[in-house]
Amino acid sequence: MKLAYWMYAGPAHIGTLRVASSFRNVHAIMHAPLGDDYFNVMRSMLERERDFTPVTASIVDRHVLARGSQEKVINNINRKDEEQRPDPIVLTPTCTSSILQEDLQNFVDRASIHSASDVILADVNHYRVNELQAADRTLEQIVRHCLDKARKQNRLDRSVTDKPSVNIIGTSTLGFHNQHDCRELKRLLQDSGILVNQVVPEGGSLKDLKYLPRAWFNIVPYREVGLMTAILLEKEFGMPYISTTPMGILDTSNFIGQIEKYINAWSFLLSRGEVHYKSYIENQTKFVSQAAWFSRSIDCQNSAGKEAVVFGDATHAASITKILVKEMGIHVSCSGTYCKHDMKRFSDQVRGLCDEILITEDHTEVGDTIACIEPFAIFGTQMERHIGKRLDIPCGVISSPVHIQNFPLGYRPFLGYEGTNQIADLVYNSFTLGMEDHLLDVFGGHDTKEVITKLLSTDNDLDWTVESQLELNKIPGFVRGKVKRNTEIFARQNNITDITVNVMYAAKEKLSE
Amino acid sequence: MKTLETLTFECETGNYHTFCPISCVAWLYQKIEDSFFLVVGTKTCGYFLQNALGVTIFAEPRYAMAESEEGDISAQLNDQEELGRICLQIKRDRNPSVIIWIGTCTTEIIKMDLEGIGPKLEKDLGIPIIVARANGLDYAFTQGEDTVLAAMTHRCPEYNVLKHKQEKDLVRGLGVNLAKTTVSYSNKQESDDCILVLFGSLPSTVASQLNPELERQSIRVSGWLPSQRYTELPPLGKGVYVCGINPFLSRTATTLMRRRKCQLIGAPFPIGPDGTRAWIEKICSVFNRKPHGLEERENQIWIGLKDYIGIVTGRSIFFMGDNLLEISIARFLIRCGMIVYEIGIPYMDKRYQAAELSLLRDTCIKMNTPMPRIVEKPDNYNQMQRMHELKPDLAITGMAHANPLEARGIDTKWSVEFTFAQIHGFTNARDVLELVTRPLRRNTDLGCLGWNNLSKQAIAI
Repeated sequence: MKLAYWMYAGPAHIGTLRVASSFRNVHAIMHAPLGDDYFNVMRSMLERERDFTPVTASIVDRHVLARGSQEKVINNINRKDEEQRPDPIVLTPTCTSSILQEDLQNFVDRASIHSASDVILADVNHYRVNELQAADRTLEQIVRHCLDKARKQNRLDRSVTDKPSVNIIGTSTLGFHNQHDCRELKRLLQDSGILVNQVVPEGGSLKDLKYLPRAWFNIVPYREVGLMTAILLEKEFGMPYISTTPMGILDTSNFIGQIEKYINAWSFLLSRGEVHYKSYIENQTKFVSQAAWFSRSIDCQNSAGKEAVVFGDATHAASITKILVKEMGIHVSCSGTYCKHDMKRFSDQVRGLCDEILITEDHTEVGDTIACIEPFAIFGTQMERHIGKRLDIPCGVISSPVHIQNFPLGYRPFLGYEGTNQIADLVYNSFTLGMEDHLLDVFGGHDTKEVITKLLSTDNDLDWTVESQLELNKIPGFVRGKVKRNTEIFARQNNITDITVNVMYAAKEKLSE
Repeated sequence: MKTLETLTFECETGNYHTFCPISCVAWLYQKIEDSFFLVVGTKTCGYFLQNALGVTIFAEPRYAMAESEEGDISAQLNDQEELGRICLQIKRDRNPSVIIWIGTCTTEIIKMDLEGIGPKLEKDLGIPIIVARANGLDYAFTQGEDTVLAAMTHRCPEYNVLKHKQEKDLVRGLGVNLAKTTVSYSNKQESDDCILVLFGSLPSTVASQLNPELERQSIRVSGWLPSQRYTELPPLGKGVYVCGINPFLSRTATTLMRRRKCQLIGAPFPIGPDGTRAWIEKICSVFNRKPHGLEERENQIWIGLKDYIGIVTGRSIFFMGDNLLEISIARFLIRCGMIVYEIGIPYMDKRYQAAELSLLRDTCIKMNTPMPRIVEKPDNYNQMQRMHELKPDLAITGMAHANPLEARGIDTKWSVEFTFAQIHGFTNARDVLELVTRPLRRNTDLGCLGWNNLSKQAIAI
């Protein structure tokens, strides 16, 4: 047992559900107690999803505990099959079903007899993997399932497309800026004359998965989700993949360079022969992306050598560290990730770029590290943002876990050339705010922190009793001023000079009439 | 819709969305200031709390997870040692007056003997440990509070008739916050027959609004369960009257009656001016007090609600059901002139809610509206089909369905807000309507834009 207040990566079933509900027409049924369908709330609220989240629960209650699920899971699967005819139904185990050790595979087998939909059991163990690993596995599992099925039916299409094409693997629902990133990637590929064969799982259809091998190669923008699928496709179909994240100018050029290599390997298929992206990269770097110019401009001089701390998932933390150090000349004191399962690769990526590498799932350790370093800015998750608030250090959010404000409506990719602009803004804003604040402190420029003049009048003919003042203090800060003002208006109207608690409530009742 | 003569009760499959009952720590740790809540569960529980409670998690809350790992599940680790180690750490860091263990689904399934370990560790650590099994196997959302309060009932000191006077002074001196604020109303001397303890967790401002309401009828509230601090729990025992302020407290009520020999006053709940008046009247009748000034007070409040009632009258409403407040709120809204199609509710205790149900029936007759159907353990999918047919003006629903329903042109209000808003008593009647009318008001402004259906999916799921 461990004492935990907060966690960076969620439980395994969240990963499975993220992948399943990213596909079109896939329904997930959780084997879970009442209340575990919180995923639906997150998707509906954070992503502001318009449609019902295709996740239901086969409820584990006291009866299930006593007698086992028996027909319940099977009935729920068959019912969903009839109601909605999803392409497959994914039975998702939770921590509860892990302990109950019911034979879920048996339920799946039996349900498939009657169900028109395919039924799959997500192969994840709650106690061994976290959200990200589970998402990675489930995606691979679904892809493997569809490819095997197509192969059995002899409908697997292995001919590559005439024009160069790629699959984008790993953008999913509730992923950090994933939808914007996906759009930016498509734009980049379009600029390079490459077709997008398929995007999985977000918006993908299972019926189309059998065409995955038609692409020339795969792109895995995020290391956390999609790598297993890319490796599967490489093993089975010899499809190469690019796992470099095109985040920042350098890695984006590197990414395009790899694309060039893979396309030219098949250049005999191309009508115009080999492709060369060098001039494209140069033009984009110098003139489309503002980031190269920005790091040259005198603004960026001011932040050179300033200390920063980076923490997040392996993909974002590594990329942001590289951008800060290599592209902006910022001193990264500590770079870290909570993706323990990918720690070796992460360390390889950031080694030599920062003073200290921190790999932990414990947010208090991150907080303590930040407090010791006292950097000028933090780039981290929502947790680091709050640590920053407490320590008065500005923070740019660069990775999940996130809040609703990290699902912006406006276009905010982190990948590609537009991504470099967004990141430059984020970094710059974090540092200037910090500087402004610092300067204000130095010159004593801050106003008195308490606003005391927002009252109707300043002459003090009203007397608040001790109790009513205590009562007033119980009212949340953001409405306290208003309540105080309204009560005083009421008191004046009624010629009351002593404000008691009862006067406060009387005022509330009267003023609302 | 067919007009029904009596209230009908149905029971569906129980495939509905609600919060896990462990969410009760969110409001209880704030209410009981010297407590610490330890949820003994898995990452799933932690993830729910962290996301559901949003920003409070960053404010050094007085709750945490004792997260079970594989070794705990397979009993390679000793539960008592593990919990002892964690509680010691909590004692060192926070020094609370009580640690409340919240048992979860996991502790149920692996049959972790929390009730057995608790007393042993309590002795070792010198801190009271209360065990509440608020798990999703047995309970829904607000019922979590019920399990905690039921467990806490056992820790209240014994009420002693002889020491009555003395103890009353004690209670008064502590933060129940009625000592001075209500002096103006308590002009008569308190008679000894009315020892009244109210149960249910309310924000302290609301509690201190309800106290003077009874004070006006010369009934002094001698304590609240829970109190502001654990160390101030009210004495209970034979001769103490108890009354619930929330509809989901049936276990607590049962425990108070059976284990502490208290006398339960079965009243409608003080939600809405009609409910508040009925609640006070019932308490008065038990204590043989003739209520005075109540009718005027209620009417006054209704007058104040006029503008909102104008908005809701004649509108129809559908409760999907997830927090057990549904019957009381529906009853109030029918009195406001709304038509209720369906009251979904996770669990219906017809005995504990008897007075509330009969007030609901009377209200329907009085307002000449059809009796709503009450659906226990609803099935969200079926409800969606019914809603598609009935096209209610407003759906009270959980957050999982709110946005999808809005995208299909059905106005919604998320039910969770009713749990956190101040809705009790005369003073807060307006807040209930403020919540209910918010989507209606917002959508009158947006309605003419013609963007009502914003989903490409078929209407029903």
